[in-house]
Amino acid sequence: MATVTMTVNGKSVSGEVEGRTLLSDFVRNNLNLTGTHIGCDTSQCGACVVHVNGKAVKSCTMFALEAEGSSVTTIEGMANPDGSLGTVQQAFQDNHGLQCGFCTPGMVMSAAALLEENPNPTETEIREYLEGNICRCTGYHNIVKSIQAAAAAA
Amino acid sequence: MSDKGIGASSKRREDVRFLSGNGKYTDDINVRGQKYVYFLRSDLAHGKINGIDTGEAASMPGVTGIFTGEDFAEVGGLPCGWQVTDRFGEAMKEPAHPVLAQGKVRHVGDPIAAVVADSLEQARDAAEAINVDMEELPAVIDMKSAVAGGTLVHDELETNLCYDWGFVEENKEAVDEAIKNAHHVTTLELVNNRLIPNAMEPRVAIGDYDASNDESTLYTTSQNPHVIRLLMGAFVLQIPEHKLRVVAPDVGGGFGSKIFHYAEEAFCTLAARKLRVPVKWTASRSEAFISDAHGRDHVTKIELALDGNGMFQAIRTDTYANMGAYLSTFSTSVPTWLHGTLMAGNYKTPLIYVNVKAVFTNTVPVDAYRGAGRPEATFQLERVIDKAARELGMDPIEIRRKNFIQKDEFPYATPVALEYDTGDYVATMDKLQEIADLDGFEARASESRKKGLLRGLGINCYIEACGIAPSNLVGMLGARAGLYESATVRVNATGSITVMTGCHSHGQGHETTFPQVIADMIGISEDQVHIQHGDTSNTPMGMGTYGSRSIAVGGAAMVRATEKIIAKAKKIAAHLMEASAEDIELKDGSFSVVGTDKSVGWGDVCLTAYVPHNYPLDQLEPGLEETAFYDPANFTFPAGAYACEVEVDPETGKVDICSFAATDDFGNVINPMVVDGQVHGGIAQGVGQALREHAVYNEDGQLVSGTYMDYSMPRADDLPSFVVDHSCQTPCTHNPLGVKGCGEAGAIGSPPAVVNAVLDALNKGGYNVSHIDMPLSPSRVWSAING
Ligand code: FES
Ligand code: FES
Repeated sequence: MATVTMTVNGKSVSGEVEGRTLLSDFVRNNLNLTGTHIGCDTSQCGACVVHVNGKAVKSCTMFALEAEGSSVTTIEGMANPDGSLGTVQQAFQDNHGLQCGFCTPGMVMSAAALLEENPNPTETEIREYLEGNICRCTGYHNIVKSIQAAAAAA
Repeated sequence: MSDKGIGASSKRREDVRFLSGNGKYTDDINVRGQKYVYFLRSDLAHGKINGIDTGEAASMPGVTGIFTGEDFAEVGGLPCGWQVTDRFGEAMKEPAHPVLAQGKVRHVGDPIAAVVADSLEQARDAAEAINVDMEELPAVIDMKSAVAGGTLVHDELETNLCYDWGFVEENKEAVDEAIKNAHHVTTLELVNNRLIPNAMEPRVAIGDYDASNDESTLYTTSQNPHVIRLLMGAFVLQIPEHKLRVVAPDVGGGFGSKIFHYAEEAFCTLAARKLRVPVKWTASRSEAFISDAHGRDHVTKIELALDGNGMFQAIRTDTYANMGAYLSTFSTSVPTWLHGTLMAGNYKTPLIYVNVKAVFTNTVPVDAYRGAGRPEATFQLERVIDKAARELGMDPIEIRRKNFIQKDEFPYATPVALEYDTGDYVATMDKLQEIADLDGFEARASESRKKGLLRGLGINCYIEACGIAPSNLVGMLGARAGLYESATVRVNATGSITVMTGCHSHGQGHETTFPQVIADMIGISEDQVHIQHGDTSNTPMGMGTYGSRSIAVGGAAMVRATEKIIAKAKKIAAHLMEASAEDIELKDGSFSVVGTDKSVGWGDVCLTAYVPHNYPLDQLEPGLEETAFYDPANFTFPAGAYACEVEVDPETGKVDICSFAATDDFGNVINPMVVDGQVHGGIAQGVGQALREHAVYNEDGQLVSGTYMDYSMPRADDLPSFVVDHSCQTPCTHNPLGVKGCGEAGAIGSPPAVVNAVLDALNKGGYNVSHIDMPLSPSRVWSAING
């Protein structure tokens, strides 16, 4: 066991982990931030996407210890300071960009990272960027629409 | 379009918790003191267990308990919920389905033993130390060889044939005769590819036991907690309902795969009782691939007889349906009553005969997956129609229009036992031609040609039987349970409402759409209404959510309960205004005496019901809470017409979906935004089936496509945006909302549209190809072109 310390959603946190503990498990189990989801065991689905130092990362591909000293944002950290839904989150609600909600945290985190890189993406750019996020419910139609709306609102 | 109530695109209230990371899925639940379960699963498709040595494993660190089939010898097996009677009047063959394997393993993934330990890692390490003495047996994978005999999946059955079903048996001779004498017969042999449902949330089960009152609780990823309680309590573990609570909290998608009662649920419930500790199991995705029920997997020959004018005269089909190694909960109904009854489609074919042979193989059990039987029926019918049109030199739209059941012919009794209540197939086709801009196809095709690509247009119609189901009828057809739904509407003292329903939402948005209905009926705001679902301890018995039944059956129960509420509230209002209940009118949340200016608000009436100081106690009980059970009089029959345009690259065989348009008649629509979303998701799954997805077993029974590396899920850049329309509405005549259900349409209607489009592209491009089996991967299309 080793101690890992990082900033998560603006708060400094630390915890005891094994070398093999994944960042996704640390966030879910040690921090009880269960918005980050686990949809696969082959790093394919993107349900676990968080931001590490501003970059979208599949948290199941990273050991918790590798995030030592990093600044991590999870879906729980995406709301406005007053607690209302942030721009991307609100766009998903407005455009029915989610159904069961399981892929949604990863989708929102990927979408936010995309808009950071490319504030006005085309439909094709959005679809290509989401290549690593699987949604089984929405057929992606309304996810794309949500991201376009978020881009327009920003 | 209204801006509130029925017909409004109200934003989903549940989204706020999902979007902020506050959804509560089963894996987010941790019970104090819980242990973790790891299942040791068979890596052989078929094997005889000579012995299991758990000695070393039991002494490993953290291990609380190890279980094998012997520990479950005294409990029941997992039951099948539907008994099919075969062509000869015999009951289907029904093998035992033990919770943990007994004597034999029958598919890769069959659980042999389970370890409970302090951590998942310890449980897994210990499972690896279990010594299983196993003798490998030959695997039976191909259905036709399975039926031919040889190796048996279940020795005691003496056959691999579960049933040989004929429908309608009395029609058989007439159908044979019609086909023999027909002007033209089009024959098509095809495969409906095996799929893995892949809800994004893997299954989870947590068993908890409270010894102080002998109560068990199971938290599980289920579409129907009451059904699980009934099946597991009564048939497997013999725990009476009042001592068993089943909770299905937020569930991350189901698509059928979370209807069934699975071994892991029974295991966790019983292990918690035996060990007196909570036990938790979370499937990994790899485990889901070999333990979730699969879907489809039919091999079919269909013949369509036509007269000289292209009118359909008879249909004969011959299908092998894979059951896998055991009978999952609804498995036997899928190829029979959910498939054979749909073979008339949208057309007036006078004679139909369907034969289905259900077969045991050494593969994961197969059961309902989005559409369940109806996609299989639609696919073969719409493919053979397209082939017939090509053979006869007819336009694919014209041949369909010619044979449509006409609007004034409803109610329409098909030769396969259904009576369609309403529909207007001409209108949906007209609408499709408009929204898909079919007139512009030639111009688009010539643009494609300039790029060296072949463009094709695929047309498809579908009908489905939803809102399952009339209990009487399905009882006669073999269902072992009634398929009604129920709702309790509790009006609180200050007028807000809690609705308790046996339906379950796992993406459908019930928490938003059900209140729209009640708000409309009473005239209060939607946010005054709260939906409670997913917990057997605080909802009335209901059969759950599948088969596009929630609004059609559960919504109808809620309407009936609300009608009772309104009737009673009117009596209270009448008392308050000293009028007669017959003269009371409820509008916009206010009761008034017709013809006077006297009125009293909804809130005042509710408060009076709960603070009965001024109350007609001699005539009425206080309180305002009603329950209704609703059993539908018939199925509902959503129908539609779909168009898909593709570009095929003849150099590589790669198919691109350029556009996809869908017109659906769902009857009345509660929330158009939610309905659009259901159609989008269904189309994506159907396109996935048509172009990418395939659960492939090799001849040894190993699942070759067992991860997302090999099982190709549709991703955002594989799909276009869709054009969907549900403005053609012929309301259902037999439920109070006039709704038909929309959950499965997209998955039913899209695969044939895609395949028809690809074949259209190839044939228009000069390649004479009559069929390609799904998934239409580049290699299959390329081979067809170069074949
Ligand atoms: S859980 Fe991380 S990619 Fe699937
Ligand atoms: S909303 Fe269910 S998986 Fe995307």
